[in-house]
Amino acid sequence: MSTRFLADTAVLTGRSLRHVTRSPDTIVTTTIMPIAFMLLFVYVFGGSIRTGSDAYVDYLLPGILIITVASGISYTAFRLFTDLSSGIFERFQSMPIARSAVLWAHVLTSVVACLVSLAVVVLVALLMGFRSGAGPLAWLAVVGILVLFTVALTWIAVIVGLSAKSVDGVSAFSYPLILLPFVSSAFVLTAAMPGPVRAFAENQPVTSIVDTIRRLFGQQPAGTDIWVALAWCAGILVVAYVLALAAYRRRTV
Amino acid sequence: MTAAAPAIAVRGLRKSFGDVDVLHGVDFEVEPGRVFALLGSNGAGKTTVVRILATLLRPDSGTATVDGFDVVDRAADVRESISLTGQFAAVDEILTGRENLVLVARLRHVTDPAGVAADLLARFDLTDAADRRASTYSGGMRRRLDIAMSLVGDPRVIVLDEPTTGLDPQARLEVWRTVREVAAGGTTVVLTTQYLDEAEQLADRIAILHRGRIIVDGTLAELRRLLPPATVEYVERQPTLEEIFLAVVGDARAEGEASR
Ligand SMILES: Nc1ncnc2c1ncn2[C@@H]1O[C@H](COP(=O)(O)OP(=O)(O)OP(=O)(O)O)[C@@H](O)[C@H]1O
Ligand SMILES: [Mg+2]
Repeated sequence: MSTRFLADTAVLTGRSLRHVTRSPDTIVTTTIMPIAFMLLFVYVFGGSIRTGSDAYVDYLLPGILIITVASGISYTAFRLFTDLSSGIFERFQSMPIARSAVLWAHVLTSVVACLVSLAVVVLVALLMGFRSGAGPLAWLAVVGILVLFTVALTWIAVIVGLSAKSVDGVSAFSYPLILLPFVSSAFVLTAAMPGPVRAFAENQPVTSIVDTIRRLFGQQPAGTDIWVALAWCAGILVVAYVLALAAYRRRTV
Repeated sequence: MTAAAPAIAVRGLRKSFGDVDVLHGVDFEVEPGRVFALLGSNGAGKTTVVRILATLLRPDSGTATVDGFDVVDRAADVRESISLTGQFAAVDEILTGRENLVLVARLRHVTDPAGVAADLLARFDLTDAADRRASTYSGGMRRRLDIAMSLVGDPRVIVLDEPTTGLDPQARLEVWRTVREVAAGGTTVVLTTQYLDEAEQLADRIAILHRGRIIVDGTLAELRRLLPPATVEYVERQPTLEEIFLAVVGDARAEGEASR
C-alpha cells in the first residue's frame, strides 16, 4: 500500500514537474515581482530607510524570499485547478492509484519550483551586493525554514485549487499573502509604525520568519524568534492540511 | 448464456443533486464480453450512471457492482476492473501523446510502459503524432488518445461516455471500429450515446434511460418487436448526406490530419 503510494506519487510528481519545465515562464513570472520589489526598495526607497544594517539589501532579502514563495504557490493552485477542470483529475480518481498521491505530487512540485525561484532571487541579490558570512549550517537552517513555509503555504494553495470556481479566484488568493510582508519587519523597522499596526506587524507570522532568517544570515543567535517562526509554520501547515483534505473529500467520493 | 455472473449489475439506483431528482430506480445488467448501450437524451442521467459505476459518485440508494465488486464498499477493486473514458476528453495537454500513455501505464503498474504505449499509438494511428503535445491534436485524435489511455492494462470493463459526440463522421467510424475491436477481444463495453444508429451498430443490448428510469431494455431484435411488424414498401433510396460526405472526402482527410 505505502510502496504504491510512493511509486504513484513519484510518477505524478514527474508529470507535474514536466509541466513546470515546459513552461519556464512560470518561474520567470514567479521571480519577476520579488526581484522588481527588491530593485525598487534598494535603489529607490532604500536610501531613505534606516534599518541599522550596513547594506539595505541584506536587511531586505528575507522579506523578498517570503514574497517569492507567496507568488510561487499561486501556480500550484493554478496547476491543481487546471487538472480539475480538464478532467484528468477524474481520470486519476477512477484509476487504481493511491488516493492522496495526486495531491502530494502537486505539493512536491510546488516545493521544487519554489526552491528554483528562491535560488534565482538569491542570485540576483548577490549581484546587487547581498553578502552573508553564514556557514553551511545557518544556510541549511534558512533553506529548512523556507521549505517548511513553502509546504505550509502550498496546502493553502491546495485548498484554493480544489475549491476555486474560476481561474481569477485562483490567482487572486495570493495577493494578500504577497502584501503581508509589507506590514511586517520585512521592509522597515516595526518600531516606527503607529500602535495598532505595529501590534499587528510584530505578531504576524512573517515578522518572526523574516527576523529569524535575517539573524541566520547575519550570524547572530536566533533567539526565541526561530521557535515562534517554526510554531507559525507548523500551525499553518496543520490547519491548512486538515482543511485541504476536507476540501479534497468534498471533491471526491 | 445464463450461467455467467454479470459484469455489471445495477439495482434500484437512485441519485439526486439537491432537489434535482436524476435517477429514480435504475436497474440493468451487462453480461461479460458484451457491448451494452445506454441510450438517452440530454440530461437523462447517463453520465450520472457512468460516474457511479466508475466510483466517482456515490449513489443515494440502490447498489451497483462491477466484476462482482460493490462500487461503494469495494471501490478499490472496482477501479482495478473498470476503465472510464469520460464525456470530455481527459488527456494531459502539456504532455505528448506518448507521454500520456506512458503515464497511465506507469500508474496502472504494467510491466513495459514504453512498449504498451508504442502498441497503442500504432493501433490508434497516432504514431506520427506521438511526440507532439496533445494540445496540438485535432478533436478526433484527442478522442482516440483518450480511448487508448483507457485501454492501458487491458481492463475487463470499459465505459465510454458519449464517445462520438462532436466527432466528424469519419472519426466516428474510427471510434466504432475501435469499440468493435475491443469487444472482439472479450472486454465488456458500456457506452452511452444519444445516437440511435450508434447503439444499433455497436450494441448487443440496448437500454433506454428516460426520466430517471430504464424504460426499455433488450436486444435490437427484441426492441424491434415492440413496434408493429414491418410492412413492405418501395421507396427510391437516395444516398444519405453522410455517405456523400464520406465519398467526397475519401481518405484525403486522414492524410491531411497526419501531416498537420
Ligand atoms: N454535480 C451536479 N450537480 C447538480 N446537478 C447535476 C450534477 N450533475 C448532473 N446534474 C444534473 O443531473 C441531470 C443529469 O445529468 P447527466 O450529466 O447525468 O445527463 P446526461 O444524460 O449525461 O446528459 P448529456 O447527454 O447532456 O451528457 C441534469 O439535469 C444535470 O443538470
Ligand atoms: Mg453526459
